[in-house]
Amino acid sequence: MNVGLPHFLTVSAVLFALGLFAVMSRRNTVAILMGVELMLNAANLNFVAFSRYVQRGIDGQLMAAFVIVLAAAEAAVALAIVLALYRNYGTVHADTAQSLKR
Amino acid sequence: MELLHVKIPSWGDLQWWLPEAVLCCTFLLALLGDMLARGRRPVVAFAISVAGLLAAGALAIADTHAVAPAGGRAIMGDLMVVDGMAIFFRLLFVFGGLATVLFAWTSEEIMGHRRENKGEFFALTVLMTVAMMVMAEARNVLMLYLAMEGVGLTSYVMAGYMRTSLRSTEASLKYVIFGAVSSAIMLYGLSLLYGMTGSLQFSGIRAVLLGGGAEPFGILVAVVLILAGMSYKIAAVPFHFWCPDVYEGAPTPVAALFSVGPKAAGFALMIRFFYTTFAVGTNAAASNSLIQVINWPLLVSVISAVTMTFGNLVALRQTNVKRMLAYSSIAHVGYLLMGFVLLSEMGLAAILFYLLVYTLMNLGAFFFVVAVNNHLKSEQLEDYKGLGYRMPWAGVMMVVFLGSLTGVPPFAGFVGKLYLFTAVMDRQWFWLVIIAGLNSVISLYYYFRVARVMWLVRPDEGHDSPLRLSWLQYTVLACLAVPTLVLGLYFGAFKDLADAGIRTMAGG
Repeated sequence: MNVGLPHFLTVSAVLFALGLFAVMSRRNTVAILMGVELMLNAANLNFVAFSRYVQRGIDGQLMAAFVIVLAAAEAAVALAIVLALYRNYGTVHADTAQSLKR
Repeated sequence: MELLHVKIPSWGDLQWWLPEAVLCCTFLLALLGDMLARGRRPVVAFAISVAGLLAAGALAIADTHAVAPAGGRAIMGDLMVVDGMAIFFRLLFVFGGLATVLFAWTSEEIMGHRRENKGEFFALTVLMTVAMMVMAEARNVLMLYLAMEGVGLTSYVMAGYMRTSLRSTEASLKYVIFGAVSSAIMLYGLSLLYGMTGSLQFSGIRAVLLGGGAEPFGILVAVVLILAGMSYKIAAVPFHFWCPDVYEGAPTPVAALFSVGPKAAGFALMIRFFYTTFAVGTNAAASNSLIQVINWPLLVSVISAVTMTFGNLVALRQTNVKRMLAYSSIAHVGYLLMGFVLLSEMGLAAILFYLLVYTLMNLGAFFFVVAVNNHLKSEQLEDYKGLGYRMPWAGVMMVVFLGSLTGVPPFAGFVGKLYLFTAVMDRQWFWLVIIAGLNSVISLYYYFRVARVMWLVRPDEGHDSPLRLSWLQYTVLACLAVPTLVLGLYFGAFKDLADAGIRTMAGG
């Protein structure tokens, strides 16, 4: 079987959908952040695949490298906030933080 | 075969990027200074930040005369561009950042909080200012994403500045989760657009779109995903959930900055991205066909109408002034989006002018809440009883801000709204103008309810001692209130600046 662009796009679409599902269905903030990572990596896969098959340059791969770095920075900030959540509320469940008026 | 489609940057470009470079150094110096002072003397970071912002502002003003050529100057191999619009937003962001730094210095929430390294707050404000300026300058998808995340990451940290406060932690948690998800959605849309056009450069994307080399349905999907990410940044319905909670939970000076800075930067980004890729001023027929693929005017006008109506109706029921201002800022995004409906030069220039006015009046209203919060430790409307008699000067200025937010003459908000309304005043879009007019009437009620409580209700016995503001607070408030009044009468020069900004915006 020849692996081509459609295969990459299918995998990335599935990854994106799974990530979005995790974000919407999980209560645990760490699991939500894992879902976000899946979504970012789905986009990365797209960028790399398009870079190889469509543009035939390295712009997309460059983009993916930057996104990986930013995802790490975002995870660092987000986990620090989750830590603050745990210190203040004693749990990491997103729906326990309800002190603000709805 | 040319592998790298990004030109190698030359250092010569950077002379046009001096304000940003100065602010980057300011950020590092402020952090370093705070560290050397062992986090106990926030005045070090404060002084460095103010000096850096003043220097950047002076350089940006000096640049306005130097950067004249049509199409602007490309920075770092066309990753960014400094043109009329970039200069306009530079000045706006430096002004907003400076005002926030100065007022935060007097805020009990920021300075009275028991934590070390208070100086970090000022460093972060500077960093956010740089990221916002880059958002207004980005001309490449990579830079667009980096700048947006730069603003996002700093704002998540600033929202959670009061680490031991439940409300502040909740605000930053909501911000980071919604922010991360929406930027991931936007990135996926950008990756699809890259796949269909094979370019990260806005001009390259436009060239392929103009050539008709892209599937219309694919473009629609990509645009909707990208618009979702950007709507989050400006807090347009249906991506507004985070906005009231974040503004209420975050320290008030931070909420003040959030309500103007990232919003204006989001609009700058949307203008440059959508205008330079999807609408082409020089080629009317082609631009129409590009817009028609996604029925842009209908999409944006519906978002605009729903956003302003939702914001105003929910603001009516608020008893917390800060939360009311959050919903009012959502409503103002609705008004601003009106200028975006037709993607015309006139509409975009109206957005720029309104953003200037909005920055002045909204910062002012939030800063008044900061000043009151310092004394009363409350943001509830019932505690504002008779405040006009307890702090008369600030009370008068608050009425100016509220009047301008409503959009009644002779305040600047009226002129701003007038330009936005005329931008869509076409037979086809008459319904949008009518909805916006009705919305202004609704907003009159809740803005003037605050003014009424402050001036027409007498303070309770025992709670009528005068409240003192520091000279710094008076100075900053006056610097916001006086232009709000003056711009309502003499707006020509600033309107010209906004017009020039859009006219000289590089065509891709």
